[in-house]
Amino acid sequence: MSIIEVSNLTKYYGKARGIVDVSFSEEEGEIFGFIGPNGAGKSTTIRLLLSLIHPTSGSATVFGKDVVAHGPEIRRDIGYLPSEVYYYEGMKVIDLLKYSASFYDGDCTQRMHELSETMELEMNRRISDLSYGNKKKVGIVQGLLHSPKLLFLDEPTAGLDPLMQRKFFNLIREENARGVTVFFSSHILGEVQRLCTRVGIIREGRIVEISNIRALQQNNYKKVRVTAEGLTSAPFDLPGLTNVQTENGTVNFFFKGDINAVLQKISGIQVTDVTIEEPTLEEIFMHYYE
Amino acid sequence: MNANIYKHEFRTRLKSVVIWSLAVTALLVFYFSFFSVFADQAALMNEMLAKFPPEMRAAFGLDKMDLATVLGFYSFIFLFVQLCLAIQAGNYGFGLVSIEESELTADFLLSKPVSRTQVLTSKLLAALTSLTITNLVVWVSSFAAITLFRGEHEYEPRTLFLLLFSIVIFQLFFLSVGVVVSLLVKRVRSVTPYALGLGFGSYVLSAFSGVLGEVTLELLTPFKHLDAAAIVKQGAYDMPLVLLNVTVTLVSLAVSYGLYIRRDIPAVS
Repeated sequence: MSIIEVSNLTKYYGKARGIVDVSFSEEEGEIFGFIGPNGAGKSTTIRLLLSLIHPTSGSATVFGKDVVAHGPEIRRDIGYLPSEVYYYEGMKVIDLLKYSASFYDGDCTQRMHELSETMELEMNRRISDLSYGNKKKVGIVQGLLHSPKLLFLDEPTAGLDPLMQRKFFNLIREENARGVTVFFSSHILGEVQRLCTRVGIIREGRIVEISNIRALQQNNYKKVRVTAEGLTSAPFDLPGLTNVQTENGTVNFFFKGDINAVLQKISGIQVTDVTIEEPTLEEIFMHYYE
Repeated sequence: MNANIYKHEFRTRLKSVVIWSLAVTALLVFYFSFFSVFADQAALMNEMLAKFPPEMRAAFGLDKMDLATVLGFYSFIFLFVQLCLAIQAGNYGFGLVSIEESELTADFLLSKPVSRTQVLTSKLLAALTSLTITNLVVWVSSFAAITLFRGEHEYEPRTLFLLLFSIVIFQLFFLSVGVVVSLLVKRVRSVTPYALGLGFGSYVLSAFSGVLGEVTLELLTPFKHLDAAAIVKQGAYDMPLVLLNVTVTLVSLAVSYGLYIRRDIPAVS
């Protein structure tokens, strides 16, 4: 069963573009990555699905129900972690979490304490005294405490230190193992690759591509830089090589395909330095448009 | 209506309610304590007032008041009480939904399983409860001040009740107009200037309409719809104006619901 079904969803803020003609679906139990640069329309899509804003045209269903008509009902089983977390400044963490829990049926107290312990959140501090990272933790606990069936994570890792990011990812994996569907928006390709099974790429409000993460990785470009004395690009006469630049014995290029082919070529050279790295998201996007 | 939102909203405003109530009480009791002086030297007082330019007397409604009577004097103070209540109610109205948006907590609240109608109703009822507390404090302190300081002078309790009953109508007007204006403008960055503007603006309009004797201005401001001096003088409300006032309130509320249900909650920018 499709948990999220979006068809031709379009949102304009007056004349400014939000998203245009976006269609995709997410199956139960999936972790769907939604990637794109800032301002591409990631948050707009999530806010439409939560009916914080209303579509200009097109429609979307969550749990098989229309998001505009059945908002409150749908939101009973949704957890939402916004990209920027803002809470009532004068409240204590514990009071905010209790307020949040009070909107849901059932007792969330135990889960609330478990989560706070995992995320090392101090419950007796005032929201206004918290650092950005700690507010983010409040957001995580607040989004998960009612054991939702669908999670919207909008750039969730910003502000968390690497250790917390790992704990957070483990938490999301655990939730997912329980059957929770996750919609994960991010502009960091690495974290999407670590977590997601399928990704949608959005750019300037339109979906550019929806594919399996594995397919995307195979299509993926690697950024290679080799330095050796008197090196030219001559040894790297491989198919899939683009953007070749040679300068003072350093060769830079993008490579698409089986990386072993490049490694074999490199092993034949006496190199002084080699780096092979993921291209940045922008670089990938540039390739999508070439 | 959602009890959690109601409680949360009420608690948020509790401190403000206490401060406003104390301020209004202090105003009432302090000024009314001068009543005996005014009443004892009524002749002198009226003689002095007669020397003021008539426009100025009209601006304060003094042409219609007899400061030597309990309610005449009370209605003079009541004007300032109304001004305070207008600013308070306007403040709650303008901030009702806009504070959540400017402090960006609207995302938190509206991603909960509650409808916009429930949110607005709970917020309105919580604000009304807060205003009613101040209202009740005005009732109590009015009776207390009058009992303490009226001396030998008699007054008509029925007319006092009329004045005090007008408070709730008056508060609802500023609350609902505040809400609808805050939803009509794109974003309210700070609530206080709006509330002060609406409160003082209506008051100044009413003062002008007194000076100019203009009837159209009278239609615009709640300070004329529920003119304390006129109520004391007539012993009754000016019904058409009160109905006009209530109509504006009801229309504002209806429009507010319509706008809020369709509203796009602005994101962080």
